[in-house]
Amino acid sequence: MRAGTSAATPRLSLGARWNNFQRRYAPYIFISPFFILFAVFGLFPIVFSLYLSFHEWQPAAGLGSMEFVGWRNFTDNLTDPTFWQSLRNTAVIALESGIPQHLIAIPLAFAIHMGLRRVQGLVTALYFLPYITSVVAISVIFVTIFSWQYGVLNVLLTGLRNLPLIGGLFPAEKINWLGNREFLQPAVASVVVWRYVGWNVVLYLSGLQAIPRDLYEAASVDGATTWQQFRHITLPLLRPIMFVAVTLTLIGNLQLFEEPYIIAGDSGGIGNMALTTVMYMYRTYNFYSDAGLAAAMSWLLFILIGGLTFVNNRVFGRGRLSGSD
Amino acid sequence: MAVATPRPRRAAASHRRPGTIPLSRGAAVALLVLGALITVLPFYFMFVFATHTRGEIFNLPPPVWFGDNLGQNYGSLLERTPFWRNLWNSFYLAAMTTVTTLFFCSLAGFGFAMYNFRFREPLFGVVLATLLIPNALNIVPFALIMQAFGWIDTPRALWVPGMASAFGIFLMRQYIGSAIPRELVEAARIDGATEFGIYRRVILPLCGPALATLGLVTFINSWNNFLGPLIIFRSAQTFTAPLALRSMQGLVNTDWGALMCGVALTVVPLLVIFFFASRQLIEGLTSGALKG
Repeated sequence: MRAGTSAATPRLSLGARWNNFQRRYAPYIFISPFFILFAVFGLFPIVFSLYLSFHEWQPAAGLGSMEFVGWRNFTDNLTDPTFWQSLRNTAVIALESGIPQHLIAIPLAFAIHMGLRRVQGLVTALYFLPYITSVVAISVIFVTIFSWQYGVLNVLLTGLRNLPLIGGLFPAEKINWLGNREFLQPAVASVVVWRYVGWNVVLYLSGLQAIPRDLYEAASVDGATTWQQFRHITLPLLRPIMFVAVTLTLIGNLQLFEEPYIIAGDSGGIGNMALTTVMYMYRTYNFYSDAGLAAAMSWLLFILIGGLTFVNNRVFGRGRLSGSD
Repeated sequence: MAVATPRPRRAAASHRRPGTIPLSRGAAVALLVLGALITVLPFYFMFVFATHTRGEIFNLPPPVWFGDNLGQNYGSLLERTPFWRNLWNSFYLAAMTTVTTLFFCSLAGFGFAMYNFRFREPLFGVVLATLLIPNALNIVPFALIMQAFGWIDTPRALWVPGMASAFGIFLMRQYIGSAIPRELVEAARIDGATEFGIYRRVILPLCGPALATLGLVTFINSWNNFLGPLIIFRSAQTFTAPLALRSMQGLVNTDWGALMCGVALTVVPLLVIFFFASRQLIEGLTSGALKG
């Protein structure tokens, strides 16, 4: 490539020159596969999708049929009630699954950390299990569990209803989880919660393990109760991990696709209540064959994700997400 | 639980929580057991349902113990889908992705960890930054590019782009940088090894634990991938296992027994992997998020 490199060191033997040459360029060659792959399958598609979002195009008609339409794809999306509904659905399901996920995971991690030294590994693994399991497989199982007349969940609720004293807390009628506008989103959200609680438990657990022990010792010498220790030591020191966990949840939840797609079907379920934005984008591309509109939609979603991540970063995080140094 | 074990480290561990009172510990244990039950029950029902007919699954009350219809369900599953073929496709895809990822990520990790070269930090920053790009942005152009390449309905559409991952490079760089002394590389150089030879003979054999972790993570992610295959694969013969499951889930006449049997076949390999390597997996999956 650069002839000057070898010409500048004429005294060295051929072997030594080759050694210098390969030593100098080896690292670039070693790291290049990633950058080549990223350029072809990551960067180029993104640039292309930006280009595409300003064009009207039916992919089946070939590249020649591409027509510049300016901002029209964006305005079309922004005036499409279904797009707004998909955003609203995404936001509602993201909140309904995101908030409980952390509210459950933090105390669980604390309980595992404080109470179960010996079986900690086993318990943690158990909670983590849903995270590594195929979402499709799991969603299929939950469809049967949520079934209206014969599902395990409703049978369980009916059983609890018959208990003395606390029975009144449970619904009198069987709930049509997947066929009712009100319950479809919570049903989808609960599967997401079920799947990600363990992941967050593991995150928080490693955060807890990083908190110096002497802090707790000092606090208990001063007479602090477990609750006070949790409130004044654990929670504040858990903040960096909380930030990471919440950011990951945010980014993941705004791109929810598989759970609602399997549970509610590609139609988005009753009243489109489980139609998330990524599902709608997939539908726009795959069934309506409108690549430009779908690309514009992905950019709108990207702007939303980027914006919320930025706000989250400002409000919640002190450091950066990937502070490698 | 309160009995101190003779090993001093244990004693220190229980000493550090004098504030914990028995009542709160009991509540904590009850909470954990309840949570664990909720976590495990869907898996339990997956296996129970796989042994029942559709009629029995949707019966009142639903079955809570294993039935005797597994053979029938299995037969019906194979009637509806080429399920072993689909499992093989999943395996092939995951294996190709894993092997290539291990090679390219360890190579790049070696490059980033052991060499000082111009633009090293900015280039590594680019690697990390790619982790923040939402997948959603890539769906449409990915489909279009694969269409243009003529790679629709072929597995390489998924494993070629997956040959090197930012997460994998990050993981390997961390490991190589912290576990392997630079002197080892220098010594090999003095002995006349080429740079690739150093990777092949010195670095790679010492990367065992990190390779195992990255391999597990990559394999499982690929096995569970749904959206990618959904875009790429069009025919029942090329479907991966999750796609086959999805295709069986019709609107009216789903054979739930057969479907559950397929679900179990898809999940069991993961459960086996998890049984043997849960610790390594958990650490691997979370290290990107934590140390990142």
